[in-house]
Amino acid sequence: MRYLPITEADRRVMLEAIGMPSVEALFADVPEEALLAEPVNLPPHASEYEVEKRLSRLAAQNRPAGASPFFCGAGTYRHHIPAAVDHLIQRGEFLTSYTPYQPEIAQGTLQYLFEFQTQVCLLTGMEVANASMYDGATATAEAVMMANRVARRSKAVVSGNLHPHYRDTAATLARFQGFTLDCAPPQPQGGEALARRIDAETSCVVVQYPDLFGNIADYSELAEAAHAKGALLVVVVTEIVALGALRPPGAMGADIVAAEGQSLGNPMSFGGPHLGLFATRTRHLRQMPGRLCGETVDAEGRRGYVLTLATREQHIRRERATSNICTNSGLCALAFTIHLTLLGETGLKRLASLNHARAAELADRLGRRVVTPSFFNEFTVRLDGDAAAAVERLAGEGILAGVPVSRLHPGTALDDLLLVAVTETTDGDDLAALAEALR
Amino acid sequence: MTDAFHDTISGDRGLHIEEPLIFEQDSPGALGVDWPEVEARVDRLGALAREDAIGLPSLAEPTVVRHYTRLSQKNYGIDTGLFPLGSCTMKHNPRLNERLARLPGFADIHPLQPESSVQGALRLCRELQRWLMALTGMPCVALTPGAGAHGELCGMMAIRAALDAQGEESAARRRVLVPDSAHGTNPATAAALGFQVVSIPEDARGRVDPARFEALLEDGIAAVMLTNPNTCGVFENDIHRIADAVHEAGGYFYCDGANFNAIVGRVRPGDLGIDAMHLNLHKTFSTPHGGGGPGAGPVVFSEALAPYAPVPRIVEEDGLLRLEEANGATLGRMKAFHGQMGMFVRALAYLMSHGSDGLRQVSGDAVLNANYLLRRLEGAFSAPFAHAGPAMHEALFDDRSLRDSGVTTLDIAKAMIDEGLHPMTVYFPLVVHGAMLVEPTETETRASLDRFTAIMQGLAERAKAGVALSEAPHHAPRRRLDETRAARRPVLRWQPAGNAKSDVPGV
Repeated sequence: MRYLPITEADRRVMLEAIGMPSVEALFADVPEEALLAEPVNLPPHASEYEVEKRLSRLAAQNRPAGASPFFCGAGTYRHHIPAAVDHLIQRGEFLTSYTPYQPEIAQGTLQYLFEFQTQVCLLTGMEVANASMYDGATATAEAVMMANRVARRSKAVVSGNLHPHYRDTAATLARFQGFTLDCAPPQPQGGEALARRIDAETSCVVVQYPDLFGNIADYSELAEAAHAKGALLVVVVTEIVALGALRPPGAMGADIVAAEGQSLGNPMSFGGPHLGLFATRTRHLRQMPGRLCGETVDAEGRRGYVLTLATREQHIRRERATSNICTNSGLCALAFTIHLTLLGETGLKRLASLNHARAAELADRLGRRVVTPSFFNEFTVRLDGDAAAAVERLAGEGILAGVPVSRLHPGTALDDLLLVAVTETTDGDDLAALAEALR
Repeated sequence: MTDAFHDTISGDRGLHIEEPLIFEQDSPGALGVDWPEVEARVDRLGALAREDAIGLPSLAEPTVVRHYTRLSQKNYGIDTGLFPLGSCTMKHNPRLNERLARLPGFADIHPLQPESSVQGALRLCRELQRWLMALTGMPCVALTPGAGAHGELCGMMAIRAALDAQGEESAARRRVLVPDSAHGTNPATAAALGFQVVSIPEDARGRVDPARFEALLEDGIAAVMLTNPNTCGVFENDIHRIADAVHEAGGYFYCDGANFNAIVGRVRPGDLGIDAMHLNLHKTFSTPHGGGGPGAGPVVFSEALAPYAPVPRIVEEDGLLRLEEANGATLGRMKAFHGQMGMFVRALAYLMSHGSDGLRQVSGDAVLNANYLLRRLEGAFSAPFAHAGPAMHEALFDDRSLRDSGVTTLDIAKAMIDEGLHPMTVYFPLVVHGAMLVEPTETETRASLDRFTAIMQGLAERAKAGVALSEAPHHAPRRRLDETRAARRPVLRWQPAGNAKSDVPGV
């Protein structure tokens, strides 16, 4: 077996050295009736060529986005990933390293995490960011739990235009941790009045920017209303490229930003692995979940980096930790930071402008069908009939037309709504094809 | 090292090249990606356009590639050498798996495109489920948890949901028994769900003492969380008695599957009476650790807990696979979308490559390698449970043999760095003093193990001979780093010159 270097001859030498008759004898402490005498009933080992052939066949049963005009978004976006990103993240020293517990031989990981944290702060307009979380949805749930700790309250007001998977992920934790979510109904045209839901029990208000339907709103007044009642404002971003074009949440008074970072550097990959971004104000630092990288010096006074403030974490605090989280999403964060470094200030702004311009072009073509008054690169379209059926029909015609709202809000009266995302990978022909199909 | 003839002008030394932060290499006007400037037009951004500078540096591609290449050279990975980090299973990461995860049919598909257009992806998930259920002997597996700790959370929420469904007496149960040797995530998970953590002490064999354990059950319990093989490196041989006692007491048995590599292909947890267990795909099934994630933590469930498994679930209807989003008893959703697909592709490729025979060899060689190290090193370092039967896939040492030398476990770890080794896990488990937990994995050669033992024996001799190791490492990209300073005066982001240095006001 090509991955297993111990030979039969090695085994004999090693067993003799430890005075054991066989490998099986090393399992003497396992109750005999639980020990399998034979291999499990599964196929035997296979060559690299054979495995590649079989899995390639499964891959061929999927329709990749690149093969069609493609308009799906709703929390996962198709952006071009520069070739250098995927090359660099596959360097073995990054790919096969561990969480940097031994900082003297993990400065590579630690320095990029420090740079990553800085980039996340700059993008979101916040003061401090962690080294990433599982995904945007779990980061959002952690944001609510952090707000509960900071405000010492246990009810979150949740926008109806928050991605339902994010809402549901938070709701799972709410159910088992005993806090409450006050969820508003979806409002595709935007203009929710959330401030009036805030009361003396509210720990935070959770809004999405741009929201599920693509709406962009200024949350400054909502932030003031929340702060006036001792609550925090949590701003969720599912399309991080938008912050290349939009005023950052930090400038609107957000206390916590929870975001999905997949759009930079990471493929859609059927929804995972992605990476959660998490940023807040320095005054809340000690209540922040997740890994943090900090600057320090070594014994010779040279600048270096370490994981820090671990006294919040499970491996030190055990049952008194701020969260049970043990890892971040390191390699996805590396892809994110490399892509953003390649883009730089000008590249990111151009990329964001291009996304917006293409989306605006499609919106102009679709005209009266567009529900969303202002948007970045994704908006909502009202069809004449059931959007899911239309998407299925168009898939048959070779167009992946977007995400029907009913897929995320089943059983509501929003069946005729379609979420349409446009990025720099959507070209003029694609726009024309969709406009024609939805005419 | 300070010899004037050998001091370099740059301060760099051969391949040890200092690399500034990207922010210190800002070259306004440089571009690493060519996107066209879009002609100004009326925007639809609702008067919220970003007017200010973001503050990101500008670098061209050659500078960027060199930056990350130089950073990578400051890292130690499995590709570099032996990585004996106990409880982490740092085994070889096959490159085939990387290639397959990048096929457009897996990487370039959207989680919410029509189910009819992703049948291959759903079939892959089903196939991975089939392998995991066969290897664990469990009837149900939830793929969605994003990491081991997330899997623990999922498993313990299922237990909470099951207890809640059984009526008031069960719903009121709060006590969760966790051995002192457990991973920190176990008590953190239980506490996060409002359970009360009750610790189980280890006996002299590094195992749960069944009689003392049974005494703890008398006040009623919700669950026990046990790692098997445990972090002392031995198999809990009273596991049947423990499982029966837990079930008799009306509780559930959660097993931490972090150490599944020791038994894969030889022991099925379903035959041991467990109710839920997470599998770390990034440990046993070799998806890359990636410097700290992304992981994947599927959870297997017994019949009793299966109804509470999270959504979405993959179901088959009329020959078509689809994702079921709602289900009466489910504990709910763990994260957005359907799980770590990229990791599922890699894990399935790993499983198919090894096959049932190769997986059996994995656990056999992993356990053989650990026992080989344990026996060869027990003279050099004290091994608290070496007498308690064969080790499983880890060898545990403590610092008793170092006690009079002034050398600490940390010193040994840092001296290993100078020798070109990644240190083992240190100061864990907490149940022995100055723990050193060594997990070689099955992908090391005998020559690599022999080199390791020679180095470790040499370090033990140096320690006993009074050689101070407290200055180590000398030859790494950095000497020991001041972690106290990092925590007391946190600097968590780069700031332009002139800005406040610490991120925490007033310190």
